[in-house]
Amino acid sequence: MEMDKEKIKAMFSNSEWNHETIEVANEIIEKIATEWLGLSIYPNQFEITTSEQMLDAYSLIGLPISYNHWKFGKDFVMNQNNYKKGRMGLAYELVINSNPCISYNMEDNTTCLMTLVLAHAAMGHNHFFKNNYLFKQWTQADAIVDYMVFARDFIHKCEEKYGFEEVEQVLDACHALMNYGVDKYKKPRRISASEENERLKKRLEDDRILLNDLWRTVPKDLKEEMKVKRFPESPEENILYFIEKNSPTLRGWQREIVRIVRKTAQYFYPQGQTKVINEGCATHTHYEIMNKMYEEGYLAEDFMLEFYHHHSNVVFQPSFDSQFYSGLNPYTLGFNIFQDLKRMSLNPTKEDLEWFPKIAGKGDWIEQFRYIVENFKDETFVLQYLSPKVIRDMKLFSIDDKSENSYYEVSAIHNENGYKKVRKALSEHYNRSRYVPDIQVYSVDVFGDRTITLEYTPEKGKGLDYNELKKVVPYVEFLWGFPVKMTENGKELHTTKKAI
Amino acid sequence: MKGIGEPQFTYDKDTGDKEMVHPGNKEYSEGDLIKKPKGGGGGGSGQGKGSNDPSVTEDEFTVSISREEFLDYFFADLELPDLVKKHLNSLVDFKQKRAGYSNYGNPSRLNVTRSYKNSMARRMAVGLFFDKKIKEIEEKLKTETDSVVIDTLQKELDKLKKMKLSVSFMEEVDLQYNNFEKVSVPVTSAVMFCIMDVSGSMGEQEKDISKRFFMLLYMFLTKQYEKIEMVFVRHHTSAKEVSEDEFFNSKESGGTVVVTALELMAKIIRERYSDGWNIYAAQASDGDVWDYSDASDCYKILDSDILSKVQYMIYIEICRSREGDLWEKYSILKNKHKNFEIGRINGVGDIWKVFQDFFKKKTA
Repeated sequence: MEMDKEKIKAMFSNSEWNHETIEVANEIIEKIATEWLGLSIYPNQFEITTSEQMLDAYSLIGLPISYNHWKFGKDFVMNQNNYKKGRMGLAYELVINSNPCISYNMEDNTTCLMTLVLAHAAMGHNHFFKNNYLFKQWTQADAIVDYMVFARDFIHKCEEKYGFEEVEQVLDACHALMNYGVDKYKKPRRISASEENERLKKRLEDDRILLNDLWRTVPKDLKEEMKVKRFPESPEENILYFIEKNSPTLRGWQREIVRIVRKTAQYFYPQGQTKVINEGCATHTHYEIMNKMYEEGYLAEDFMLEFYHHHSNVVFQPSFDSQFYSGLNPYTLGFNIFQDLKRMSLNPTKEDLEWFPKIAGKGDWIEQFRYIVENFKDETFVLQYLSPKVIRDMKLFSIDDKSENSYYEVSAIHNENGYKKVRKALSEHYNRSRYVPDIQVYSVDVFGDRTITLEYTPEKGKGLDYNELKKVVPYVEFLWGFPVKMTENGKELHTTKKAI
Repeated sequence: MKGIGEPQFTYDKDTGDKEMVHPGNKEYSEGDLIKKPKGGGGGGSGQGKGSNDPSVTEDEFTVSISREEFLDYFFADLELPDLVKKHLNSLVDFKQKRAGYSNYGNPSRLNVTRSYKNSMARRMAVGLFFDKKIKEIEEKLKTETDSVVIDTLQKELDKLKKMKLSVSFMEEVDLQYNNFEKVSVPVTSAVMFCIMDVSGSMGEQEKDISKRFFMLLYMFLTKQYEKIEMVFVRHHTSAKEVSEDEFFNSKESGGTVVVTALELMAKIIRERYSDGWNIYAAQASDGDVWDYSDASDCYKILDSDILSKVQYMIYIEICRSREGDLWEKYSILKNKHKNFEIGRINGVGDIWKVFQDFFKKKTA
């Protein structure tokens, strides 16, 4: 480092920052992050924003640009109202999974906050985006900005060509099905035409070789003959995909819009499942980096006091009976788990050796941290790494809420008996099916009136909200172009009117 | 109309088994039972901003719109029935409109930024010219040996440097003024007559309905015309032009002679609005007339005089169950004149319906 540490200290202790401050901070932080923690990050792009711009960014939920739709305006107004009334504070930063990794930082952040945000978003989240398996598999950080530019222009052109209302209708319909626009497993590659020909040729050849006239004399099962092959052959969970590929009525541009919404949904798919581990990763990273900077003499005590103040705000977890309680804070949970893994890696107790023999006392917490970040999502992260100590520290307890009972039952608390149960219950909490009901394209009446059947498979006796269902089904009908039938375990829930 | 809801497939909150994990346990042990709060759901299911429950919560949603926007939506499907406005261009007003910049003008309209830009450009250009000359001479001075030439060159150089310094900061040519032009704008002027029966038979409720109707009409007209004059005429046995306040609030009352109001209106039109005015009129009454001849007089004056002068006239009858003489006569008028409409209002709820009927967009 060219500058001497006293000078840097003084610079950081001045709450007014300028570009030089940010540059120096970035240099030091990136050095620690990459050399000490071994993080691997995309190049960073910082944007300094006003509160207005931040609200704007909020409504695009983590995309630098998006296509036009009233929903974003609605979100903007809602956030703005909440913000103006003081009901909601704005985040210090907002970071986007793109390459380069774009982060928005509020212009009125102090030097300390800016430094914290650099370590948190530009290192922590950035590393997570680049290395987590879900993000690697489902998002293309290099392409997303370009793709959204394409999407915005395409939809803009459609609006000019086909009219605002036409486009809005398609978008509204797609948004209603956005949760059903994601692939959870990679689809097998389509075989090419020549491969298909090869396959057919081979089959004909087989038939010729195996031809035996004797078989023709066997009486045929007429019923079997009448049975029509179902379509789709197996149920399809990506409803938007199915519609895009198979809707009999959609026009080309409408199909493209379905595809755009589907692609956007897929881009956000990993984010919904990695809140705890992603925030935990970022919070753990900023905490470690800040302390390292202090150890190495870049930061003064007053800076650290302010830092601890902000940090404790971030990981504030009110108890369930507090008026401020609004669920588990993912920052706190993730941070606590990572910190505890570090503790047991360096100073294991007997319990740790028993629960986490591969980590306790091994001293390789940095490598372990990177391994976890790369290979887990919330559900598996909690199931694998929520330690008894964290359960005790946070005094976690699980509650059983059966709809037929007039009471809740405390099913497990933070004791020897309950650790595994709490861990299991909390892990379930982050399962996507907890908030997205399992609804799949079950069949299409190919030879009849082309009715599409969507089958709901209930989970733990939960029914569907019928009022919402009634509002969504017309959107499906609009996209499909023919009647829609909803079933639950084969039993009919709702059918749109048959076309006459 | 389309709402702003964003429906999704969701679970019915009152069904199924749920297991939740919460922090901060103080007194519970495994197996404890906690009574559910009454009224079904909720029960600390942890929703809201920043919660880890990803299901969508409904937020309060308000948008502020301006008065104009509100009126636009409010009257979206309505229009004035007779859009051929009288004397559209007969009155002409002048408006000052910006029209670029000019080199001449009044000091108060000096455009400082532009003038300064010009001055800067001029100073730079002239400065460059001198700089070039000065450089040339300085080059020459470096190689020159003849002292006489050096002397002249030196003098020349000093002169140029002085001249360069004397380039003035502002010159007449730099000055730029905001330029305005007079643009003629056609003025459409409108006047609205509000005629209300305040005879003893009109109760508070009837007056309230009339007032609301007049308000609605006034708002609608202000959307069409920038400025609109109001004339309030109230009548019992005699008619009187009154102020707005008096019109709506005065307690004076008596019998009913309707034609007096129409006569007064005709007189006011003759005196004040005979030329170039778009005249609208609305008459509210409970339908009572003095006698049959009163109704006939009303018919005559409307038919022969008033209706040929006004753009549009509306008659509303309030809380009248049977058809009276006035209604009968006005029905004939309605069929005869395109710019006359009548309607009946039985309660506050009817006002908007009747109003819409009057101004519904007629599709050709």
